[in-house]
Amino acid sequence: MKRRGFLIVAGSLVPAIWAPARATPAEVAQAIKSVIGSTVPKPGRLKLDVPVLVENGNAVALSASIDALPGEVRAIHVFAEGNPLPRIGSFRFGPATGRPRIATRIRLATSQTVIAIAEMTDGTCYSDSVDLLVTLAACLE
Amino acid sequence: MVRVLINVPKKAHRGEVIEIKVLISHPMESGQRRNEMGQPIPRDIIHSFRCTYNNQVVLEAELFPAVAANPFLSFFAVAEDTGTIVFAFTDDHGTEQVERAAIVIE
Amino acid sequence: MMRVAACALMAAMGVPVAPISAQAAPPPRSGYTDASPATRAMQDDDSVNPAFLWVQQGETLWSTARDGGTSCAGCHGAPASMQGVAARYPAFDAARGRPVTLAQRIELCRTEHQGEERLDQDSETLLSLTALLGLQSRGMPVSVQQDGPMQPFHDEGARLYATQFGQLNLSCHQCHDELAGQTLAGSLIPQGHANGYPLYRLEWQSLGSLYRRIRNCLTGVRATPFAPDAPELIAIEIYLAGRGRGLVVETPAVRP
Repeated sequence: MKRRGFLIVAGSLVPAIWAPARATPAEVAQAIKSVIGSTVPKPGRLKLDVPVLVENGNAVALSASIDALPGEVRAIHVFAEGNPLPRIGSFRFGPATGRPRIATRIRLATSQTVIAIAEMTDGTCYSDSVDLLVTLAACLE
Repeated sequence: MVRVLINVPKKAHRGEVIEIKVLISHPMESGQRRNEMGQPIPRDIIHSFRCTYNNQVVLEAELFPAVAANPFLSFFAVAEDTGTIVFAFTDDHGTEQVERAAIVIE
Repeated sequence: MMRVAACALMAAMGVPVAPISAQAAPPPRSGYTDASPATRAMQDDDSVNPAFLWVQQGETLWSTARDGGTSCAGCHGAPASMQGVAARYPAFDAARGRPVTLAQRIELCRTEHQGEERLDQDSETLLSLTALLGLQSRGMPVSVQQDGPMQPFHDEGARLYATQFGQLNLSCHQCHDELAGQTLAGSLIPQGHANGYPLYRLEWQSLGSLYRRIRNCLTGVRATPFAPDAPELIAIEIYLAGRGRGLVVETPAVRP
């Protein structure tokens, strides 16, 4: 096989493989701290649901729910440690909330860990995370 | 004005937990992309969303560029009284849009 | 040389390269079947499927008349009256002596009966109206006529489908029949059926037409795409409908 031929073809059908900008671990830690302060989240109660194998990072279904009464939960925050900007969304509950659960669709630049943190009204925090794989798309526009 | 699809039950029983689903037609331009000339495309997202039920907060969301285009949100309210569920969201131009859905308690 | 290189690419990507030979065509397999559970879930629930933002817009357009003229609803009634129409398109137009697509039929209505300006195939207006009409046929078998006056267009579509295009010198057939089910980079190569259009593609972050998808394919093999309304595209659409016999309309579908 001619190496040049391969490169020509590989370069045409599959877009250039680029390394997306990625927040540094310090930036991620800082983003989390800016939201929940210095509280150390505990594992348990919170359940983050994201597919572990992502077909397209442009729209990834995500849901997060916590085993608690609505009045016990102040907010659920979601972070992407491998995106250019770590924050995805903060979802605060109120007196008319029926269940401490949210679902949305997010963008993921690359394979990474997605983190959810629930902030309780008593000041404690719970976290859950999912390591996922974003497959590389071919034949892009 | 952007298009919004709101999914709320028209009727509910008192105390029932109801799911609310919202789809908003919006590009959620992340500010991370560049155009064909290599220039950055400015960020243009819906950054805040608020849902109230008879003036009581159901959900207040702060959204970032990692929320997918045509944002989708699903969350739960507790149905108490016949009234109005109000959805208000604001984009990067500072434009606020308000949508309403009626609910009847049987 | 390019064909050798293309095969080499596929071999390098772990794709077995089948010899070109007449093989029994497998039963048609909708792209829905090959999509991930998350993508299928988006299509399964209309309150979650973002394509319904366009359907909603289509409903508004359907019932809106311009400057005291007639709306779509004024002639056709409720959108439900159009059940089955999208499943038959492209259809032969005897007056014009050629097939017209659903989007072209809507355009003819708009320009001839409603006094509206011509629109781009991929305009939001045409996408919204074709999505609304496609939805009225959802679940019905694709039933585009292939014989009679449509035969020459079907045959032209079949010829184009087997024609190798672009610097990569690849045909639709080579990827979507011979290599369907294999992967290219991380993506599965689907059989390439047209039963869900217009559809919401996560890659596009938008609703889009079959012709947009075919343009993507042609750009991918480094060919010059056909013009938006080219007869070649209509021929391919007709052939694809016959090739996917047995599939039902899924409009508006969701694909990665």
